[in-house]
Order: sequence, then C-alpha cells, then structure tokens
Amino acid sequence: MMIKKMIFSALTATTLTLLAHVSYALTPDEQKGLDISIEVKQRDIGWQDSSADMLMILRNKQGQESIREIKIKSLEITNDGDKSLTIFNKPRDVKGTAFLSFSHPVEADEQWLFLPALKRVKRISSRNKSGPFMGSEFAFEDLSSFEIEKYSYKYLGEEDVNGLNSFKLEQYPVDENSGYTRRVVWVDKQAYRIQQVDFYDRKDSLLKTLSFTDYKQYLGKYWRADVQQMVNHQNGKSTELKWSNYQFKNGLKESDFNRNSLKRAR
Amino acid sequence: MVLERMTAHFFKITVQLTFLAALLSSTLHAEQLEISGKITVEQRYFFKDGQYEQQLDNGQSSVVLEPELYWHWNDGIDSITFKPFYRVDNQDDNRQHGDIRELTYVHVADAWELRLGIRKEFWGVTEFQHLVDVINQTDGVEDFDGEDKLGQQMVNLSLVNDWGIVDVFLLPGFRERTFAGEKGRLRFPFVVDKDNVQYESSAGQQHLDLAIRWSHSIGDFDLGTYWFHGTNREPLLTPSIWNEAIVFQQYYNQMDQLGLDVQATLGDWLWKFETIYRTTNAESFAATQGGFEYSFIGIFDTNLDLGLLTEYAWDSRGVVDLKTVEFGKSGSVFQNDLFMGARLAFNDMQSLEVLMGVGTDLDHNASSFLLEASRRFGENFKASLDIRLLQSSDSIAIEYALRNDDHAQFAIEWYF
Repeated sequence: MMIKKMIFSALTATTLTLLAHVSYALTPDEQKGLDISIEVKQRDIGWQDSSADMLMILRNKQGQESIREIKIKSLEITNDGDKSLTIFNKPRDVKGTAFLSFSHPVEADEQWLFLPALKRVKRISSRNKSGPFMGSEFAFEDLSSFEIEKYSYKYLGEEDVNGLNSFKLEQYPVDENSGYTRRVVWVDKQAYRIQQVDFYDRKDSLLKTLSFTDYKQYLGKYWRADVQQMVNHQNGKSTELKWSNYQFKNGLKESDFNRNSLKRAR
Repeated sequence: MVLERMTAHFFKITVQLTFLAALLSSTLHAEQLEISGKITVEQRYFFKDGQYEQQLDNGQSSVVLEPELYWHWNDGIDSITFKPFYRVDNQDDNRQHGDIRELTYVHVADAWELRLGIRKEFWGVTEFQHLVDVINQTDGVEDFDGEDKLGQQMVNLSLVNDWGIVDVFLLPGFRERTFAGEKGRLRFPFVVDKDNVQYESSAGQQHLDLAIRWSHSIGDFDLGTYWFHGTNREPLLTPSIWNEAIVFQQYYNQMDQLGLDVQATLGDWLWKFETIYRTTNAESFAATQGGFEYSFIGIFDTNLDLGLLTEYAWDSRGVVDLKTVEFGKSGSVFQNDLFMGARLAFNDMQSLEVLMGVGTDLDHNASSFLLEASRRFGENFKASLDIRLLQSSDSIAIEYALRNDDHAQFAIEWYF
C-alpha cells in the first residue's frame, strides 16, 4: 500500500516535470512562472488526507462582524483534483449543512449539498466559481485546491513581502467562468509558500488582496497558514480565516467522501 | 378539553424523554452530547374569512419547539440522534401536535451503514412536487407545501458499492396523515375524521412495508430508482356521517410503486425528471414531474444569482371528480400542470433569498402563486415570509375548495 502510494507520487512528479518541459513555445518568463508554480505544488504532494477547523470572520465597512464556523476534510487524489467535505456549524441556522466536492483540474467539479431540514441531497452546478462563499469576500474559486492546469503563467520578478524575499508572478485563469482576468502571486524563495495574492476583476482593476500569515509546518514538510486575510478594495469589506486543529494522515478513505457520509457529516 | 390534551401530550413526551435520558446516561458520557435546535414563533394571516362554518377568521398564531440531541461514541462510528417536535397553536386543535421527528441509532462501517429507529428519508430532484418521495407520511397540518414529514420507524441498511448505493428499508408501523381540524383553514368543506380510519390490509397500522432503492452518480447524471411495497401514504377520502355531521373517512390501501429520479447537471442547466408507476387493487397509473433550472451567476455586475425554474406535471389518472368517482379510484391535483418560478440569492452576510412561483392547471381554471423570502438577523435569528394565493372558478379543482385561503405567514426562528 505504502509502496503503491510512493510510486504514485513518483508518477505525479514525473507528470509535472513533463508538463514543465513539453509545454509549447513558452517565453522564458512564462516558463519560469510555470516552473515556480510547479515547485509550489510539488512541495505539497503526499499529505494523503487532512482535516481542519476554519473560523471565518466577515467584516463590513462599519466594522460589524459575522461568524462562520466550518470543518473541512480533504482527501488527496493522485492525478486528479482533491475530494473534500465541508461541514457548517455556524451560523446556527445552517448547522448540519454539508458540501461534498470532487474537484478536477480541467473538467467541471462534481458538487453536492446536503440540506438537513429536508434531509435532501442536492447535486448543484459547479459553474458558480466567481460567486461569494457564505456571503464572504472569498469566492468559491479562491477556496478550491490549486491545480497547475487551471492557469497559465508569467514570471514578473522578485520583491520582498512579509519580510521575505519572494518571486512575483502572474497567473491567468484558463476557465472562462472565473471572476478574474489575472492573479498576481508572491511566493517566498525560502520555502515556496504563497505569501500574498492580488486579484484583478473582469475589467482588470484591482479587486482584492489575500495575505497569508502565521505559517506552520506539519509532518516536517507541509506548510499551512493559520491566518488568511482577504481585503476587498472596491467595497471596503474584509474576511479573515483562522485555521486550527490541522491534522494530516488521519486514514480517511474514499468512503468518507460519498452521499452517505455527506448526510451524517458533523 | 384542549388543555387536557396538551397536558397528556406533554406528559407522554416527558415520560419518553426521561426514559431515554436514563437509558443513555447509563452508557454514555455527557461530553459526547451535543444539544442544538430551534424555537419558532409563527403568525398566519388569512386575507378573507373562512368559506366553511367554524373555520377561524383571519389570524392564527403558533409556537414550535424542535430541539436536537446528538450523542456519538467510538469516534463517531456509533451515534444516536433525538429530535422531538411540538407545536402549540391558538386556533386549530389538530395543528397543535407533537411528533418524534428522529430517534435514530446509526452504526457506520466502511462499506455499509445501519440506521435504526425513527427517521426521515427524502428522495427526489424536482422542486414543485415531490412525486418519488414515499417513505415518510406528510405532516399535513404543518404547512401548505407538504414538505413537513412525520418520523417513520425503520430499519435501514445502506450498502455502498462501486456501482452505487443500495438502501434496504423495513418499515414497521404506519403513520396516518395529519389534517386541519374544524377551526383550521386550508381544508376541504368537511373535516377529515382522525378516528375511524380504515385499512385494506387486515394488519392495519401494523403492516410491515418494504422498500429497496439504488442510487448512483455517473458523470453529470445523478440517478435513483426504487420499488416500494406497502401501505399507500395517500389516503382515499370518502364522505360519511359521524355524530350527525358529514366527515371525510380515511382509507389506506396497499400499493406497489416503482420510482425513478434523474438529474443531469450540465453547466448552468439542471435537468430534472421524476416518474412513478403505482399499482393498487383498484387501479394502476403513472405520473411524471420534469423540468429544468437555469442559473444566471452574478447578474447586473452584483453578487446576485438568479435561477429560473420550469416544471411540468402529468398524471395518467386525471383529476379527482367526486361526482363520478368509484371506490378505490383516486385522482391527482397535478394531472396536467405547469409551474414556473424564479429564485433570487443575494449572497450577502444575512443570506437573503427570495423564491417566487406560479402553478397553472392546463385543464381547469385554477392557479396558485407563492412567494418565500428569508434572511438571517444577527447570528442566531432568521425571519421568513411566505405568501400563498389560490384562485379557481372550477369546482373540480382543489384550489376551488381553498379559494378563500389566501394567506401570508411570518415566522421568526431562534436557533440555539
């Protein structure tokens, strides 16, 4: 089993490397942007599964706050997007609501929503990428797993962010349903962690900035930021994510990510 | 009289609760217990006076208590959920009622799951009618939309396979449908008799019903099909004399039903289809509900999502005509009906949502309009407003019997 996983990881690594070199007629800057993004993904392979608690604090212009309390379980799928189960605890009126997603790098994601009042499982359209998640400043696409195939790339240079010397690159979404024309991403040179992202809307004006702080390392390899702060420059609202109870390799299986587990998720 | 019944109800529930608490505290620790739930205050206002004598005139107020207790142990492999329900209503004795919505023990294994006790099980994909949904009895006094269900006793074994999930149900103990009482609105000219209920099966309420369902997702398609054998959840209502008054007597026959539900999720389009084929001693028929939902994301450069819904209902029985009906034969309200609706989601901090719908009978002069709006207040409150308008000039349509029952319903829910 372990050996099988190792082979799979090796295969994925090969695929990524192939992707890096077979890519057709990229300019040197495009190639470097892609290479950095591949390195970011590469360093985050092999965690198998994870679970974590997310506290979402929504703030409007007047400083009024609203809280969302969410648990997320994820399963790493080799050669495909991850599977995830999102369980809502707060606000209280959505307690017991759960969201199951099978993400795919290129094809449409498969998504189901469980509504506890009716005990109804609803397959929903995954087209809505640009819409807000739970009324927050995070769009659905901001919370989905990063896959190389979702963007094309361009290296812009080096800059200091959060006191760390970082690569600065642009990522252009491939999906026409994305709410962005481009993302400008800062990745620190030391550990290839995303430090900051600027989001540009469909009219190419600066819409939001996402900053990652309080990075912690798990299993001696995987970096996760405890705090993510999203500021919307156009409407003055912001959303803060506070992560806790990160756990990896819990032994989660495919059977923890199906209709039955969705219905009883807590 | 009312007070006496209330006390009896409360006493019954208290006894059950005490018994359950004693049972659980002996085996479980308090820290594995989660308590949540909601209390709803609801006010209904009918725009016109009642059509039938004794019906309440305009206002109807009620309070609903619905706590949920959840225990789990063995890392969540074993759990018990208990969800009692009680509504206090200031007008309708029948609407003042209690139920155990859930009292379930669940054991989870890798490839199977056992669910034992009182539960609710929903099947189906369409929005305006839930044709294939058959396990639970409708709690008819609760609301006009028929989406509230009574808890159903069951043994449910769920088997997870690569080729889909197979659910097997043994359903002992039948629940009779609830109907509005004498003072209640949204009812027929005669009240439905709760007491002299008749069954085709000699086992009556003790008939053991069976169901088996397969469901699976294949790419863009979500499929489900089942066979149900047992007591028909829809009673046949026949006028009879009771205490020198005309009442409707309930008769529950036996049925076999095949059902199929399909949803295709293709980009912004959701295509939905449900169909059933039902056989009883007196008749066989087929019925279908199908249509689509199309979503516009972020309209007018805002966060607003707009969903447009259209569904069509067909039933081979046609409509019920009380003048010519033979015993055992039934009819349908939705025999050739078209539904259109719009759903607006504001995607704001308070989750403001508005749903509007219109239903039209294509054979008779009858139509209905509904509006449902809701939003959150603060962290723990939610307010909702429902408006339902019914119109008909054709005495064969159900809307005709309810033509004075246009109403608005306002509710505030407190979640804890």
